[in-house]
Amino acid sequence: MSAKANARLIAMAAAARRHRRLQAWLPWIVIFGTFGLWELVVRAFGIVPFILPAPSDIFEAAVKWWKPLLDDSLQTLFTTLVGFGLAVVAGLLLGVAIGSSTLVYKGLYPLLIAFNSIPKVAVVPVLIVWFGIGVWPAIITAFLISFFPILVNVATGIATVEPELRDVLRALGARPVDIIRKVGLPRAMPYFFASLKIAITVAFVGSIIAESVAPNAGIGRLMMVASSRFDVPLVFAGLITTGLMGIMLYWIAEWIERRTTGWATRSTEGSNFTPGG
Amino acid sequence: MSRAFVEIDNVAMRYGGVEGTLALEGCSMNVAEGEFVAVVGPSGCGKSTLMRLVSGLWPATDGNVVVAGREVDEPLSLVGMAFQNPTLLPWRRILDNVMLPLEVVPAHRARLRRERPAYEQKALDLLKLVGLEGFGAKYPYQLSGGMQQRTSLCRALIHEPPLLMLDEPFSALDVFTREDLWDVLQQVWMARKPTVILVTHDLREAAYLADRVLVMSSRPGRIIAERKVPFPRPRTMETTFLPEFTALVADLRAYIAAARRGEEVV
Ligand SMILES: Nc1ncnc2c1ncn2[C@@H]1O[C@H](COP(=O)(O)OP(=O)(O)O)[C@@H](O)[C@H]1O
Ligand SMILES: [Mg+2]
Repeated sequence: MSAKANARLIAMAAAARRHRRLQAWLPWIVIFGTFGLWELVVRAFGIVPFILPAPSDIFEAAVKWWKPLLDDSLQTLFTTLVGFGLAVVAGLLLGVAIGSSTLVYKGLYPLLIAFNSIPKVAVVPVLIVWFGIGVWPAIITAFLISFFPILVNVATGIATVEPELRDVLRALGARPVDIIRKVGLPRAMPYFFASLKIAITVAFVGSIIAESVAPNAGIGRLMMVASSRFDVPLVFAGLITTGLMGIMLYWIAEWIERRTTGWATRSTEGSNFTPGG
Repeated sequence: MSRAFVEIDNVAMRYGGVEGTLALEGCSMNVAEGEFVAVVGPSGCGKSTLMRLVSGLWPATDGNVVVAGREVDEPLSLVGMAFQNPTLLPWRRILDNVMLPLEVVPAHRARLRRERPAYEQKALDLLKLVGLEGFGAKYPYQLSGGMQQRTSLCRALIHEPPLLMLDEPFSALDVFTREDLWDVLQQVWMARKPTVILVTHDLREAAYLADRVLVMSSRPGRIIAERKVPFPRPRTMETTFLPEFTALVADLRAYIAAARRGEEVV
């Protein structure tokens, strides 16, 4: 290869590296930039903490109240994960049923859509009547809110098996359950894991809604109590903790997705293949 | 002369109730055991429908379909199928894609676990036969379209089906890859002599591969013409330059043109 070509390749590789490094750093730059700007604006305009606390005020509140913050976060994490776990099981089972049978689909879908349209915050009082104040309203709200995206995605994955592939298998004497096992379910997995990312974040929202309506425990209650005492920095500390937990759960879901269904995204990379010969 | 392996007698097929599309009507044909038959016809004339009826995926509206001496009323597990689209499973390696039928066909399913190495060897031999030696551990996305179609062919063959149904299997490929695959298919057929029904709209392909070419009318489809292909095997690209070959293709083209004109008149 000519020296010119070599130089070009090296330059291109360096540019690609710079670009990747920037991509990795960009989210942090944006986050810290936002907080910095926020601090600056609050100080410059002398905004009182009661209206908008500066990040430093929030940090101070978080340090001061670290124990209740931690306990309540763990409580919320617990109800979220239990509700989410139930939603995964129910969403998978019903999703398979709906995706593989038109009859079940036609019969259940309208009801499910109607149910999904109900604002969950309106259901919480009913849950309290049924289960009393405690962990159950939060768990069930998390479940109700996160179950639908899972169900829809699993059903879609199973229902959209290519008709020709179905024919290939049926012509071999495959029973419907074989087709679901060999093709439908594996095919639905990318949809399923994609839905987990959504479901885990909305489950979190569900838990916090329930905790705010029925203040018993959890980060939702902490924020309600703090705001009733006009402790706005603590409210913000709660909000930020919530956001952090949300990101964490999202990352975990994404990591699992990458580990399990790489084949669904790998086909677009394809750069590691050199044709035989 | 061997007995008819596939007998299609006066078959009609209407989709979607009394007022639905009449895809086939008065369609009759026979295929002998071990024979290679190509079906050509204008697009939308019911060729794919015919394939579904023969493999038992749909029941015929009228008439009889008999395969291996048995009236077809449910999917037969003795058919291997391949389509225009390779329909491989992207999460399985090539070898596992080829072995999929073994996990499904009742006769093999029971034995697969015990005799896995033997079955795997069979799949590897097949891959070698179609020129995919060494690709068993790759994923479909790592293969070109032609290689995926070869894999699809292996999947159709792995359970040694006595009947192979190919619905325009090469029509999505470029012409060089396609002609390579003609030879692959010819080789497979000569090695194993399955009964083959190949649907195609490429008349050269039909003449290159088949013992007999059947021409279908436009919808509702039925067989309107039949030509024997006399050339000895193995056929090569030189065969396609023979005046007899060119004349045969020209004849087939004329039949199809007539069939399509029929469509315009009606
Ligand atoms: N599942 C189906 N439902 C309704 N109509 C169909 C269906 N499959 C095919 N048809 C119709 O039957 C006719 C023949 O289709 P097909 O057998 O696919 O033709 P070909 O394979 O020769 O192009 C077409 O008019 C098509 O629209
Ligand atoms: Mg077709």
